Amino acid sequence: MGERMLTPDVLVIGGGATGAGLLRDLARRGLRCLLVDRSDFGTGTSGRYHGLLHSGGRYVSKDPSAARECIVENQVLRRIAAGCIEDTGGIFVATPDDPDDYVDAFPGACAAAGIDCDEIPVTETLRREPALSPAIRRAFRVPDAALEPWQLIEANLADARAHGADAWPYQRVVAIQRDGRRISGVTVRDERSGASTRVVPRMIASAAGAWAGQVAALAGVELMMSPGKGTMIVYNQRMTDTVVNRCHPPGDGDIMVPVHTVAILGTTEELVEDPDDDETSSDEVQALINEGEALFPALRRMRVLRAYTGVRPLYRDPAVQGPEASDDGRAISRSHIILDHEARDGVEGLISIVGGKLTTYRLMAEQAANAVCAKLGMSEPCTTAGEPLPGMGDSRAHWLGHRLAEHEDRGGGDADLICECEMVTRAMLERFLDRRGPCSIDDIRRGTRLGMGPCQGGFCTFRAAAIMAERAPDGHTDRAAPGGSASDPEGALSTFLNERSKGTRAVAWGRQLQELWMVTGIYVGVMGLEGSSSEHGGEATEDHGAVS
Amino acid sequence: MSITELIEAAAHEPVTSTADGCLKCNVCNTVCPVSRVTDLFPGPKYVGPQAQRFRLAPGSPPQAGSVMPVLSPDHTVDLCSGCGFCTNACPAGVRIAEMNSRARAQMRADRRPHLRDWLLGQPDLLGRVGVPLAPLANAALRNRAARWVGETLVGVHRHAPLPTFSRRSFRTRWSRSRGRRLRAPGSADPERSVVYFHGCAANYYEPEVAEAAISVLERNGLEVIVPQQVCCGLPLISNGLYAQARARARHNLTTLATFARAGFRIVGTSTSCTHTLKAEYREMLDLDDEDARAVSGATWDICELLLDLHERDRLDTRFGRSDRHLPYHPPCQLRSHGIGLPALDLLALVPGLDAVDLDLDCCGVAGTYGLKREKYDIAMAVGQPLFRKLRESGADEAACDSETCRWHIAKATGIRVRHPVQILAAAYVAYAAAEAEAAGAPSDG
Ligand SMILES: Cc1cc2nc3c(=O)[nH]c(=O)nc-3n(C[C@H](O)[C@H](O)[C@H](O)COP(=O)(O)OP(=O)(O)OC[C@H]3O[C@@H](n4cnc5c(N)ncnc54)[C@H](O)[C@@H]3O)c2cc1C
Repeated sequence: MGERMLTPDVLVIGGGATGAGLLRDLARRGLRCLLVDRSDFGTGTSGRYHGLLHSGGRYVSKDPSAARECIVENQVLRRIAAGCIEDTGGIFVATPDDPDDYVDAFPGACAAAGIDCDEIPVTETLRREPALSPAIRRAFRVPDAALEPWQLIEANLADARAHGADAWPYQRVVAIQRDGRRISGVTVRDERSGASTRVVPRMIASAAGAWAGQVAALAGVELMMSPGKGTMIVYNQRMTDTVVNRCHPPGDGDIMVPVHTVAILGTTEELVEDPDDDETSSDEVQALINEGEALFPALRRMRVLRAYTGVRPLYRDPAVQGPEASDDGRAISRSHIILDHEARDGVEGLISIVGGKLTTYRLMAEQAANAVCAKLGMSEPCTTAGEPLPGMGDSRAHWLGHRLAEHEDRGGGDADLICECEMVTRAMLERFLDRRGPCSIDDIRRGTRLGMGPCQGGFCTFRAAAIMAERAPDGHTDRAAPGGSASDPEGALSTFLNERSKGTRAVAWGRQLQELWMVTGIYVGVMGLEGSSSEHGGEATEDHGAVS
Repeated sequence: MSITELIEAAAHEPVTSTADGCLKCNVCNTVCPVSRVTDLFPGPKYVGPQAQRFRLAPGSPPQAGSVMPVLSPDHTVDLCSGCGFCTNACPAGVRIAEMNSRARAQMRADRRPHLRDWLLGQPDLLGRVGVPLAPLANAALRNRAARWVGETLVGVHRHAPLPTFSRRSFRTRWSRSRGRRLRAPGSADPERSVVYFHGCAANYYEPEVAEAAISVLERNGLEVIVPQQVCCGLPLISNGLYAQARARARHNLTTLATFARAGFRIVGTSTSCTHTLKAEYREMLDLDDEDARAVSGATWDICELLLDLHERDRLDTRFGRSDRHLPYHPPCQLRSHGIGLPALDLLALVPGLDAVDLDLDCCGVAGTYGLKREKYDIAMAVGQPLFRKLRESGADEAACDSETCRWHIAKATGIRVRHPVQILAAAYVAYAAAEAEAAGAPSDG
């Protein structure tokens, strides 16, 4: 097979928030850039995170500089990405078990970090959030918010494209060639067709998150990541309309984030060897609920839709933290760091950006872009903090009821809804397909929230598969994309359903178990899908989850 | 489980969290009488558990960035008639109709109440104004021009089945015949007396229903106490005016609870009022205190009480013969009581009377729903199968326990519709007459 060859200025590896932000930044500075991701954009940690735009409150006592970065970027994102943010506000509440000294010092520590924080009376807090434990002792309001990752990534990529950049999903970096100290090229493999492309950039910026170690290894560079696995539970309804944090030293199960129609409880923290180890165990789920009950006593009675796990791109800097491995992931800094592999390892043409938080993705991108520009001898300033992302300047688009309100303005009703739970209309789906071209149902999910509600795809998957097939050009046979394709609707359907049901395994009890059985009954019993589901279901996509 | 136990269980789970139970099985959609006849109403699954996930909780602060603090951004939920079939049918225990009612209340709270809904929500207010002016008011209700004005200005459909005002209210007639004395709980024997909740319909429009009930109760040796009372508040609840409904409820609870605690049974002739006392004060208005629990447990629908007497062999079953076919329509509210169809069992005691369940779900009017300009046609369409079956039955009279259903069915079919207790009262009279006749004119044999 003949290899294509491309020669961009910069190759960005990884289409999470950091990579997308970096692509935008570099493109706006006038560089010709290409971004590749081994999967769909936002299927790494950025699509499997907790959904919280940190105010910084969580870090005030242990890591004040991280807290300061958070609040600054929080304010920047409210300006440039308002449309991806639901301004829920946040509260830190102290339960009877939380240490007095921590609670007493909290407002002062916030003030020192530049975070607005007022104490609100407990009665007022309980009136607003009646699901909270009546035992709470104190409550502080901070400017936390909910941040939607996929729209954010899409908007960054769109702006980058508008500035001449390119971004390719399903393209994995499989080899990095060196010519002595210098990187001479990169081999990228199309995950759907197997075809490969050779990219010869002037610089590589690896924004591969928890996989940055693997990417560095391809270039013969040793970079030790400490992937920190974290699990979250998705509840069917928003038991809170505000982000609720427990006012204590960061621990497990102490944050509840309202995200669109659901509420997400998180997280756990466990260091793992393999960044692809994102199996969710029922022990983690139970641990989360046990902790979460201190904030929301009725947790056990509420319906859980699924659980998912993400892997933090934690980096243990041997120079700072010493080489001896600690088991405590929470002890590793949440700050980001830019690794110049020329200075660090004597390999020219590669930098890695590791660590950090989604909240600070733009700052990370800015600093990484500065480093790239310095290498390329450029001094263009960064403009990403001043310009709103395309289509994202307006905060009015994003509030809990917006889809319902818009749908009702068009007359309402089920007839036009493909995904009833998340109110995805046929028009929304078709717009997405037009924009995206051939894709998997899971790609549709990230773009539209299809399949993310209580039935977890039970009632929308067959409709979506039918529409995909209906719109596939005649005689079109696109290569079997991971996760199915328009020419193979049945495969697309099975893959998606299997992936969705995987996320419910660790939480399969009560209502959700009943739902699972019903959906299984529909597909297996009524539609007779069994044979094909095992055929296609074995190899699901790499991405299993979501800020669901 | 009895309704009180059901409510007890439900009280521990907020109505809105029952949305968690929805498996999207669609059973609710198959029983909804409204979505069957109009595309304007998307059906209980959509407006209920599905839309619920998009509604902010009432206490939540307005979000800084959003256009306005819309807590319930949907309006199609207003087309839910509140018949409650969905709740009854849901295999997962989702309280859909109740959820819809709350959403409607939230919608109203976000906006200014509609004059029409405010008026229809207060039959007691209308009654107090209308009864003294009965001849005039009734003429106006029959006047086409006046009804046109009412439709245009107020939004009450010109053909809506509005009842006529009685010239004297039941309470006036009662105090004239029995004296103004109000009985205190201590002055009567709770075993041998009952407290009567007449509601607005029997007071202002159909005193004959109240009087029939009283005659039947007295015939069975029960003394009837008519305490001070106001509208139960259901029309306010259905129109989303919870705050006003709560004021009415508190008023009633204060009086009725003293009787309930003293062991009296509270009996009503309106299935919707009795359901409100039993369930809605606690479930919908969140008045779940001692008083509300006492009243809820002490309240009986008239036919429920009479059947209970019968089951304990305490009902006088000497009814006069009536050889005819009597179609019977159980109102939706009655089904929510979860007490079966006691009226049918009672009517079966009347010799010769062939009372048969029409076996069709909803007549369409659903309280004040079908009176509204924009909903009248829906209400008529919902009731069509019932009207047709009733007309085809050839009967010249039907029975139904709920006033608004009676008025709606009668208006739509031209067939007289009475409360089952009126039929029973008449059967007692017929028996007495037959006895008297037998005594006065000895038969040939
Ligand atoms: C459980 C959990 C909860 C979190 N909660 C929060 C929170 O509430 N708020 C917050 O601000 N932050 C949170 N974080 C942190 C935040 O999610 C991450 O810091 C952030 O998403 C990292 O983004 P990224 O773009 O650097 O990495 P990723 O999103 O992981 O992107 C890396 C990309 O690289 C791609 N890739 C890997 N290998 C290759 C290859 N060989 N070739 C091509 N592409 C490749 C991957 O497919 C992936 O898309 C949380 C993290 C976890 C794990």
